[in-house]
Amino acid sequence: MAAIRAADFPPPFSTIDLIGPPTDAPDERIEVGVLIVGGGPGGLACAIRLGQLIEEHPELAERLGDVPVALVDKGKQPGSHLLSGAVMNPRAVRRLFRGRPEQLAGIPTYGEVHGEGVYLMTRGRALRIPPPPTMRNHGNWIVSISQLARYLADQAEAGGTALLPETSADRLLVDHGRVVGVRTGDKGRGREGEPLRNFEPGSDIVAKITVLAEGTAGHLTLAALDRFGLHGENPQIWELGVKEVWRIAKPLHRIVHTMGWPLRMRAKYREFGGSWIYPMGDDMISLGFVVGLDYRDVELSAHDLLQELKTHRFVHRLLHGGERLAWGAKTISSGGFLSLPKRLHAPGLLLVGESAGLVNIPRLKGVHYAIESGRLAAEAAFRALQRGEHPGRIGALDSYDEELLGGYVGKELREVRNMRQAFDKGFFVGGGLASAMTVSKGKLPPGDRETHPNAEAPLLRTNRSAGYPAPDGVLTFDKLSSVFASGNRTRDDQPSHVRIRRHVPREVAEMWSWMCPAQVYEVGDDEGNGTVSVNVTPSNCVQCGAITARGGRLTPPEGGSGPEYTLT
Amino acid sequence: MKIAVCVKQVPDATAVRRLDPGTKRLDRAGEVALNPTDVNAVEEALRLKETHGAELVVVSLGPPKALESLRKALAMGADRAVLVSDDGAAGSDLVATSYALAKALEREAADVVLFGQQASDSDGAVLWAAVAERLRRPLISQVAELKLEGGSLTGKRQTEFGYDVIAVPLPAVIAVSDAINEPRYPSLKGIMSAKSKPTETLSLADIGVEAERAGEAGSRTTVTAMAPPPPKGGQVKFEDDGSAAEKIVDYLSERKLI
Amino acid sequence: MALTLVFLEHHGAALQKGGLGVLARALSLGGDVAGVVVGSDVQSVAATAGAYGAPAVYVVDDPALAAPLPQPRVDALAAVVAATGAENVLFAASVLSADVAAGLSARLDAGLNWDLTDVVPGTDGGLVGRRPALGDTVLVDVGWTTTPRLALIRSGSFEPVETGGTASVQPVPVQFQDFSLQATLVEHLQEAASGPSIEEADVIVAGGRGLGAPEGFKLCEDLADALGGAVAATRAVVDAGWYPYSTQVGQTGKSVSPMLYIAVGISGAIQHKVGMQSSGTIVAINKDGNAPIFDFADLGVIGDLHQIVPKLAELVRARKG
Repeated sequence: MAAIRAADFPPPFSTIDLIGPPTDAPDERIEVGVLIVGGGPGGLACAIRLGQLIEEHPELAERLGDVPVALVDKGKQPGSHLLSGAVMNPRAVRRLFRGRPEQLAGIPTYGEVHGEGVYLMTRGRALRIPPPPTMRNHGNWIVSISQLARYLADQAEAGGTALLPETSADRLLVDHGRVVGVRTGDKGRGREGEPLRNFEPGSDIVAKITVLAEGTAGHLTLAALDRFGLHGENPQIWELGVKEVWRIAKPLHRIVHTMGWPLRMRAKYREFGGSWIYPMGDDMISLGFVVGLDYRDVELSAHDLLQELKTHRFVHRLLHGGERLAWGAKTISSGGFLSLPKRLHAPGLLLVGESAGLVNIPRLKGVHYAIESGRLAAEAAFRALQRGEHPGRIGALDSYDEELLGGYVGKELREVRNMRQAFDKGFFVGGGLASAMTVSKGKLPPGDRETHPNAEAPLLRTNRSAGYPAPDGVLTFDKLSSVFASGNRTRDDQPSHVRIRRHVPREVAEMWSWMCPAQVYEVGDDEGNGTVSVNVTPSNCVQCGAITARGGRLTPPEGGSGPEYTLT
Repeated sequence: MKIAVCVKQVPDATAVRRLDPGTKRLDRAGEVALNPTDVNAVEEALRLKETHGAELVVVSLGPPKALESLRKALAMGADRAVLVSDDGAAGSDLVATSYALAKALEREAADVVLFGQQASDSDGAVLWAAVAERLRRPLISQVAELKLEGGSLTGKRQTEFGYDVIAVPLPAVIAVSDAINEPRYPSLKGIMSAKSKPTETLSLADIGVEAERAGEAGSRTTVTAMAPPPPKGGQVKFEDDGSAAEKIVDYLSERKLI
Repeated sequence: MALTLVFLEHHGAALQKGGLGVLARALSLGGDVAGVVVGSDVQSVAATAGAYGAPAVYVVDDPALAAPLPQPRVDALAAVVAATGAENVLFAASVLSADVAAGLSARLDAGLNWDLTDVVPGTDGGLVGRRPALGDTVLVDVGWTTTPRLALIRSGSFEPVETGGTASVQPVPVQFQDFSLQATLVEHLQEAASGPSIEEADVIVAGGRGLGAPEGFKLCEDLADALGGAVAATRAVVDAGWYPYSTQVGQTGKSVSPMLYIAVGISGAIQHKVGMQSSGTIVAINKDGNAPIFDFADLGVIGDLHQIVPKLAELVRARKG
């Protein structure tokens, strides 16, 4: 009997519905010069660089009109939906703020990395191993990406960007083969989609250039890849990370990464991942667990793996006497170089940051790539807006790809392009291959490895959940109180934003139920012949994106919904 | 006609709320949002403005970052914002706050002053009545429905017993409950135009508040200590052996709950 | 000795329980205590305060005080404070008294502490107020720096004590400010007895998924009816369409703090807890002994709600007679 795979039960969803020309009357449309979708480090770096260019070149401001740069973000404020480790390579922010030392100095950080340890965990022990060469972090900065975004947003606004939070970008406006803007989401619809008393329809925002910086599993980015035939060699794949921030009694003085337990090393389980523990100053730490979404076990739950990890002596010693302050979850694109789109642009469109897949998993780095790509996107936009050029002309934005992939971002991604896939073979074989790749800077072993979509993982069942600790509310926590700790206050009287097939084999429903860190999915009624219905609680959703990787599709809910991360 | 709405920035409901162990007052360093019922008050003001024509100004006392929440009111459609921000106001209680707010409102000389009713455990829970007293204006509070007709406001006031209909001549002070309306979402155009609307930031001196009437000096109450509440006198838990209903009735009876 | 005035609200011919409870508390603190009754034709209502221990009641009686409006009452109380030199004025919190107390605070520049659950003597001969904060997770002590000290005490904090005494009724004249008389009562309406809304109810019976099916709410309605309370629901059952959104209690629904909250078939996840945790007494009925609600319920009953709830409603009706 063929194994059950989520990919065989695709959601009732088509990206064709997300693309179309503007529908508002011309005088109702909101006209801006450059529209940026997404207030993460990539989108904000683009906005900041455009502000700098406009200051240096006033004639550019004229060409861009009354609102030269606008940035929309679906969260309550910049940073609300951002979550990462994070240890950031400062290279890109130094370049962004070159010649502006006060802005560089104002960046909120928790200091530089002073030491690091990598540990291979077993149930009872933590064995220190030499850090793989990809994981040397000396000189890098420990940051909260959520706090970083709030800071960058202030800089972007000071530079003239119109920030529009609580605004989702629902549809990509394409006219005559060119991207001309986005349509924002409606507000004030009830559960069945009916307009409520304070219904406010979305608007067409039209722009000369649209920059998509939506981060992981980007809603319009995925549609644009379809529309413009931009999908890369390999399909995109993701990992799911669940993170907590804790106040602690005893300071931690170095960053820690772990591998191994509680993940299982055997190749057949396809459990790739590990954890991080980073100090945030003297009195807080960030800890998170990441697992690749190509795992096979129906009962695997990243949230519960994090709770289980905390029960290990090595970890709960660090948390002793402390208090959980925050929780969150988010996916991270892990396909690397081979999953990059064929081109990172289309007529009138630029793709920035993680949306475009610019993440280096073996180094656990992506923030600085996002910032660098945002900066370069701004410069490409600038060139395409010069007198005599037209941003919609095919080829007008080619220089973006050339600069980005020709620079250090492309070079580093190319070097590690097969490393993640090597771990398909299990930890030890994978580790050996990974070392070979690092030492040879990607030339060994030869050939490019294939990747399979996460949703194609054939499901199997072990009794994995028996190992998850029962939540005690002090060290370990259940999903619902964690969703609460994420600041999620999503209005529940709105249409569901999650697209999944509602009647699926039990294994698929259970897999979704365990997978989702926010307990959005629950196995419903048995419908006979092995099928069950799926109950969905969309207001729990923290928009991590895991469902998009595993057989469903996340779309943006009403703007302002979702978590309100501040410390992640 | 001129309408003034008094709004307040409060810690976002999602932020972990804590009392500052030093001052024993609410630690306001967390993320902030416009007090939810104030949004209802702004919405009601906008409806009056749309029906009768008026200038709508939002007024607030707070730290400089309170401007962000004033912007939300501007994005909804208010015309102007006034923020009174002064270190000297720190630690103000009802007496000091109502005094300062009244001074700021006198400067505006609005025909209608609107407040949103706040939760009873918040700092501003009874502010409007104190302000109405200082402005020497008639007041209707707990308003769930409001109408303006011929220079007089009529409000449906909800009480524990039902509702009364009260009429006041202009100028007047009105405090609205969250039952009064469903606030609009600011349109994108509204959000974008908010930045160019006039905003004033004033000091206490600018509005004529003397130093001894502000902050702790101007206050008449203090917060003296903080402690966790006493444990809720013994929880009782038992399994039903057939007599649960009787046991529950006895329990409730003992506590005079039935 | 320092005089403490207790504002006694009345409705029709009866003094309100809240004020009488505060009166009992004031009397237990020692010192001089007197009630204050304000209204039109209230001589006999005022006298009944004696039965609850008040040795004296100050009365401000004027037709202008007939309507239940706050601002003329500020004038009345200011007159009583001036006439008596009272050091403390205590109010049981209500829609009306909150406005009166705040107005009086501004009139006299007198400190007002509200949402108190208790007042106790201070070390310096004054008063200390106790109030919960941050959703009842912390208790704070508050004080006053001048007199008179104004205090709004949470309704239901104290029970009236019948002493069967008599009070000497002392009239106090009042001069009204012209702005005080500008509000007029156009209509005085009572809501039809369709039961209180959940925000106003003193008793709430809330149902969750443990009810099993929408029909389970009939049990809750019956119990609520017996107790004179309102019915509420958790988000899970509202999502499932079992009960209307207007009755939803919890993080994304309403916050309620009735005197009695009976949770039927509710697990007590935090998203629900935050909407009702400051209820006076919480009773939980659930067949799962490990449900989180048992961690914070005052009375936890592990059992079958389909057996217990109907029986409970029957016994309550019998007890109430």
